Amino acid sequence: MTAPVLQATNLTKRFGEFVAVNDVSFTIRPGEILGLLGPNGAGKTTTMHMLLGLITPTSGSIHVFGMDLATQRERILQQVNFSSTYISMPMALTVEENLWVVARLYGMTDIARRVDDVVKKLEMEEFRRKITRKLSSGQMTRLTLAKAFLTEPKILFLDEPTASLDPDIAHKIRTLLKEERRSAGLSILYTSHNMREMEEMSDRIIFLQRGRIVAEGTAQEIVARFGQADLEDVFLKLARESR
Amino acid sequence: MKFHRVSALVARHLYLYRRSLPRIMEIFYWPFLDLVIWGFITLYLAKYQPQVPGFVTFFLGALILWDMLFRSQQGITISFLEELWARNLMNLFASPLTPGEFLAATIAMSIFKVTCVSVVMGICAWLFYGYNVLVMGLWLLPFVFNLVITGWVIGVLTTSLIMRFGQEAEILAWSMVFLFQPISCVFYPLDVLPAWLQGIAWMNPAAHVFEGMRGVLSGGGSPVVHLAWAGGLNGALLIAMIALFYKTFAYCKREGSLVRVGE
Ligand SMILES: Nc1ncnc2c1ncn2[C@@H]1O[C@H](COP(=O)(O)OP(=O)(O)OP(=O)(O)O)[C@@H](O)[C@H]1O
Ligand SMILES: [Mg+2]
Repeated sequence: MTAPVLQATNLTKRFGEFVAVNDVSFTIRPGEILGLLGPNGAGKTTTMHMLLGLITPTSGSIHVFGMDLATQRERILQQVNFSSTYISMPMALTVEENLWVVARLYGMTDIARRVDDVVKKLEMEEFRRKITRKLSSGQMTRLTLAKAFLTEPKILFLDEPTASLDPDIAHKIRTLLKEERRSAGLSILYTSHNMREMEEMSDRIIFLQRGRIVAEGTAQEIVARFGQADLEDVFLKLARESR
Repeated sequence: MKFHRVSALVARHLYLYRRSLPRIMEIFYWPFLDLVIWGFITLYLAKYQPQVPGFVTFFLGALILWDMLFRSQQGITISFLEELWARNLMNLFASPLTPGEFLAATIAMSIFKVTCVSVVMGICAWLFYGYNVLVMGLWLLPFVFNLVITGWVIGVLTTSLIMRFGQEAEILAWSMVFLFQPISCVFYPLDVLPAWLQGIAWMNPAAHVFEGMRGVLSGGGSPVVHLAWAGGLNGALLIAMIALFYKTFAYCKREGSLVRVGE
């Protein structure tokens, strides 16, 4: 079996007394799409932020491409990117300017061509010269996805990437993600509150609840284990038990 | 330290200036206005206080130098605030960018601002008041150099405080420097301060620069001792403030507030 691109071992994050992520271990394999599922406040975003080096874990370790994030941050983050519906980009710059800055930040070469490519890929032609402030929320989401694709990462962290997209664009994005995974061997860690999307996208799902992993496996395996009709019912059952 | 990451941030800020009138005003108009107001006050006072020698020279020189310190500090702090307001810190620090590179970019912006502001003020002082900043001669260089570094010291300190305490602390970006103004002896000599305050002022590199400046302008001799003090203090303080910045950064990553500052 191939070595995992990411390995989280006994990750724990405490904010004061509160335990947001509790002894979580998992791996992501090359070209795998791993779904992080769980009710609000389960610790999904906190986990992602730890994997991105934005939050220091209280304990546990993170290895990416076999390197320790605590000591090899720069080399790891060069090959990783993220996007989320809830992030923003400098509003006073145009879409293109923002992409140029990101490309420079990651030391890309041949920037003009790469920007063109990603603009085409995400169908952003008609607003590429617009000031970012003037984008709709769906266009903004596409910009943050574009910045993530632009740097040609090997791992992509996506926190509710489709939450503000219309069904057509959301479908295109999902298709694009699957394509990138196939063609470039991209690995993806994914969160969403859309169960159908979770089932469609994820090779494997981790179900988090109050910071702990309560279920792990393919969507079918999880559905079967909990004796429910589909993932949505599993979610409801688990989420309601915990409340 | 990777140059392309520092230059990416600088480019990002320059894009911002290219299109923003308020930001351009910050560089060109406000310093100009400062000079106009203070210049006229100085002229007015000089008319009635002819016994204070070199009044105009002192005041305008001090004003221009003080503004350099102020813009140098702003260059650092405002660059950080821009990222905070744009909610861009997360994008930046999830990239390979290091905190050191981030600081280097704010320092580059600070140098850019100080350069613009000094040119504007130097030219205006000359045009309106026939005042030549270069009367200080070559001493001007070490004076400015030290004031710019003092600006960085205050700028990095302010940035750390805003990072640590969030939105409530933002006002410090504009007010912090005025906390240091009374003990910087910008417009009056050190010896007018009460003795206990003199001791404190002595620890402020800016006070040494302004003391030195007055010495040079009144023909009172070489400012070397003051410059040595200023340089030594600046070096030590800058190292301390950068260490504080790193500590604060690590603290925010532990508290999870790095992804939240500005909210
Ligand atoms: N910086 C912080 N300080 C204190 N508590 C925090 C901090 N960040 C997150 N938390 C808490 O940790 C828990 C997990 O939050 P997190 O954002 O990871 O949840 P999530 O699974 O992403 O939820 P959602 O589905 O709503 O996005 C929440 O209870 C949250 O209040
Ligand atoms: Mg979340």
